[in-house]
Amino acid sequence: MFEEMTVEFILGHLNYWFFILLMMTGLYVVIAKGNLVKKIVGLNIFQTSVFMLYISTGKVEGGTAPIFPMDMKIDPEMIYSNPLPHVLILTAIVVGIATTSLGLALIIRIREEYHTIEEHEIAEQETKISLAELNGDQLISGGNS
Amino acid sequence: MLVITALAVVRTRSLFAVVTLSGVFSLLSALLFVTLDAVDVAFTEAAVGAGISTVLMLGTLALTSRSERSEKKTQIVPLLTVVVAGAAMVYGTLDMPNFGSPDAPAQTHVGPEYFERIPKEIDVPNAVTAILASYRGFDTLGETAVVFTAGIGVLMLMSGLGRRRKEDEDDPDQEGGST
Amino acid sequence: MRHHLILRVITKLLVGTIFLFALYVQFHGDYSPGGGFQAGVIMAVGFIIYGIVFTLEKVKAVFPPWLVHKVVALGVLIYAGTGIYSLFYGYGYLDYAAIDPHHPVHGQHLGILIVELGVGVTVTGVMVAVYYAFAARAPSLSDEDW
Repeated sequence: MFEEMTVEFILGHLNYWFFILLMMTGLYVVIAKGNLVKKIVGLNIFQTSVFMLYISTGKVEGGTAPIFPMDMKIDPEMIYSNPLPHVLILTAIVVGIATTSLGLALIIRIREEYHTIEEHEIAEQETKISLAELNGDQLISGGNS
Repeated sequence: MLVITALAVVRTRSLFAVVTLSGVFSLLSALLFVTLDAVDVAFTEAAVGAGISTVLMLGTLALTSRSERSEKKTQIVPLLTVVVAGAAMVYGTLDMPNFGSPDAPAQTHVGPEYFERIPKEIDVPNAVTAILASYRGFDTLGETAVVFTAGIGVLMLMSGLGRRRKEDEDDPDQEGGST
Repeated sequence: MRHHLILRVITKLLVGTIFLFALYVQFHGDYSPGGGFQAGVIMAVGFIIYGIVFTLEKVKAVFPPWLVHKVVALGVLIYAGTGIYSLFYGYGYLDYAAIDPHHPVHGQHLGILIVELGVGVTVTGVMVAVYYAFAARAPSLSDEDW
């Protein structure tokens, strides 16, 4: 494997590695940060880097944007980039914003219920509530017996 | 530059700055899409990422808080997870074709076929539109349905509850007793 | 934002241009970059910028929420309806040749246009509806905050 590691190989794969670096940055934000808005931003970064990965697979050396001349006389010499990844990503971006807005709406609702958007504070409140419920149940069952 | 912006997002604590940075990130990635010949995608990314999503996030910030609380717990485990996952992905890319190579599998299968068929069957200069609406019409219908569903979801989350609140205020002992 | 005279004037100029550009992107999507998704987003941006600079009530007067909700569903209906239309004429679902059987290429043209219109309408509706939902809850920012 390592004998293939020529300069050409590294240059040809450098873009993928950059996208992976970005992707991992986004993933790190999602996992490590407790703030919900920041998690959404991290998710967006992750998402965008996946888009970049897709688009970069569609790029052809020396190619141009896949839009033909108006009169549809296509020069056979002309190289066009692959339009299929563009189509997939185009729709994915719009779906992405729709799901992001859904997430933001959820955050607003969480904030209204818990008065915080920090993950660990929500967890604390949840434990408190469930502990209180547990104690309440014990009290009721204790009263019955 | 994209990497710097992303790292700045990780480090910054002010959410306002984070949201603005994510807008910057979107614009930069739109530039990248242009250089990668994906003008349609760049267009969408610039309109969506830098426009709508920033507005929505700022709207969320107006409703919630503006800064992130500092956290003291160590973050070695997430970092380790991320590094391992990244290493696995880099290992995966070793088998991928070089960037922009014309004989990559992605270029040899359906792509050329579309270029042959579009002038004959559809006769629309923008190949992306032709594939989006015609060859992949079912996909696009599905995507539209997803956008529709997400919109309905947001509406149910946000406006439906406002109505319930009002009902709560009208007869407080109905819902208020249980909480 | 009553005191920001420049913002208000510029916005009035911009909104019309934005709508015009959105329509251009919508119907010129066959020939240049663009299409329903982008046009829908740009159209929604026009409404949103109007709502930010002027008040939410003003933009709701232009594009009332009940209409937004109808529009959201209308787009998907247009799209799915095109498919059903072609089913009625004995073609496959979403086979645009059904629209103009004597000239299938022309039918494809029209079909793409109609379908993109459906997409654009839905995206506009959803984005504006989401903005309304968010903005209706936001405490209106006073001028001192800017």
